[in-house]
Amino acid sequence: MSAPVITVEHGAVGYDGRPVLRDVSLTVTAGEVVAVLGANGSGKSTLIRAVLGLVPLSAGSITLFDRPLRQFRQWQRIGYVPQRLGAGGGVPATVHEVVASGRLARRGLLRPPGRADRAAVDAALSAVGLADRAADPVATLSGGQQQRTLIARALAGQPELLILDEPTAGVDAASQEAFAGALRHFVADGGTVLLVAHELGPLRPVISRAVVVHQAGICHDGAVPDPAGHHAEPDHDHVHPHGPDEPAGLWSN
Amino acid sequence: MELFQYPYMQRALIAALVIGLAAPALGIYLVQRRLTLIGDGIGHVALTGVGAGLLLNRSPVLVAVIVATIGAIAIELVRARGRTSGDLALALLFYGGIAGGVLLVGLSDATSANLNAYLFGSLTTISSADLTTIAVLGAAILVTMIALRPALFAVSHDEEYARVSGLPVRTLNLLIAVTTAVTVTIAMRAVGVLLISALMVVPVATAQQVTRGFRSTMAAAMALGFFAAGSGVWVAATADTAPGASVVLVAIASFLVVAVAGGVWRALRRRATPTAAPAPEPHEVVLG
Repeated sequence: MSAPVITVEHGAVGYDGRPVLRDVSLTVTAGEVVAVLGANGSGKSTLIRAVLGLVPLSAGSITLFDRPLRQFRQWQRIGYVPQRLGAGGGVPATVHEVVASGRLARRGLLRPPGRADRAAVDAALSAVGLADRAADPVATLSGGQQQRTLIARALAGQPELLILDEPTAGVDAASQEAFAGALRHFVADGGTVLLVAHELGPLRPVISRAVVVHQAGICHDGAVPDPAGHHAEPDHDHVHPHGPDEPAGLWSN
Repeated sequence: MELFQYPYMQRALIAALVIGLAAPALGIYLVQRRLTLIGDGIGHVALTGVGAGLLLNRSPVLVAVIVATIGAIAIELVRARGRTSGDLALALLFYGGIAGGVLLVGLSDATSANLNAYLFGSLTTISSADLTTIAVLGAAILVTMIALRPALFAVSHDEEYARVSGLPVRTLNLLIAVTTAVTVTIAMRAVGVLLISALMVVPVATAQQVTRGFRSTMAAAMALGFFAAGSGVWVAATADTAPGASVVLVAIASFLVVAVAGGVWRALRRRATPTAAPAPEPHEVVLG
């Protein structure tokens, strides 16, 4: 059995008194690729935000690399890919500048970038197929290319654990394939992955385990469940809005 | 040009150039995090410091630095808590600041001319001691903003990512707040509390119309601020206009020129290459 990378024990999260996660326990060990599935509003994004310390737990505990989250300082071991790039105030930034900020966890505040930093940024840009766009402003990229920029930013820090929030939502097929390739490469090099997804698409073969979050709790932890109903249709393009009235048990056994 | 033989004009020019360089170097981070009007608000708060300084017979600029710093930290704490009431709290702070300033100046022996000097700037009355303060603080702002650029960029661009990178996000945010307060107080003598935000924001707005990256925007904004400060003071000296207002109007004129020129250039380029359509985006889904 490999060492646990993430351990959540009886974790609970609430916003303004409304429970979003109730008594959730989850362990991710080194080398695993765990997908957190579930409908919108089920709490799956909250789960990974809690793991990253962006959302406080109201009960329970989280351990990262054998350290309680509170005392965890080795952030260079984690690469985080948020759902989307913030719009910001409109000051342009090149793809290279955004990806280079992924080195900060390793570089610290004041040390200027060295040769290793530049090599890591270049490698990350190539891994997601954006090397030729490095000097372009991120705002001119398509949604899928922006998502690949964020993945390159996380890869540039050469992390051991990647945490991704809906990396393929609304992303074109070419970007999904590029992303699946980058992820396979990362896993082959011994990386661990925890990702939130609405549907897996081309990622499916890479996933080793699936966790399904339903109504603020984990209702399935094991093999990747087969999509059911209209989700199983090959031309299902998944653009309809998901509300709280999502049919229950879609992903459950 | 012979006006610049007088030491007071030389001091005015040097002070304006230092501020012209430093204000956009900070302002770019404020624009990036959509806080372009924060300089204005802190200027209001600084006015209370000016009033207190005049009343207590202490250096108004020094007291204003202290009061503005306290105000900036308070604003940052309200912002970080992200409460919806933050908007109202800021309004209370801003108007309290300007009302307190006017009240305290009234209680002191100062005249309305003294108040005007801080409201609209008074470059030509800068003393050697003032100039030293402006130069030292201006250099400190520049060094901090340039040396910490990658970290400050990360925090301004994506605060959550910066936190997950282990960056001291709260400290960096407070640093930006305190630097804003210091910039406001040194720029107060040049363009006045009512025009400070213009020097922080307008050069950045001008630069980002033509630049592609963050670093190039920062460099171009600093160059534009430097140019606006220099030519604004020159215009003021030759045409005998108010220096602070002249500097800001030159900066805004540059913005308009670049906006129009940029628009014309883009239109011409589009016409010159009508066949170079952008590569089609791949389809969102592959249909079975």
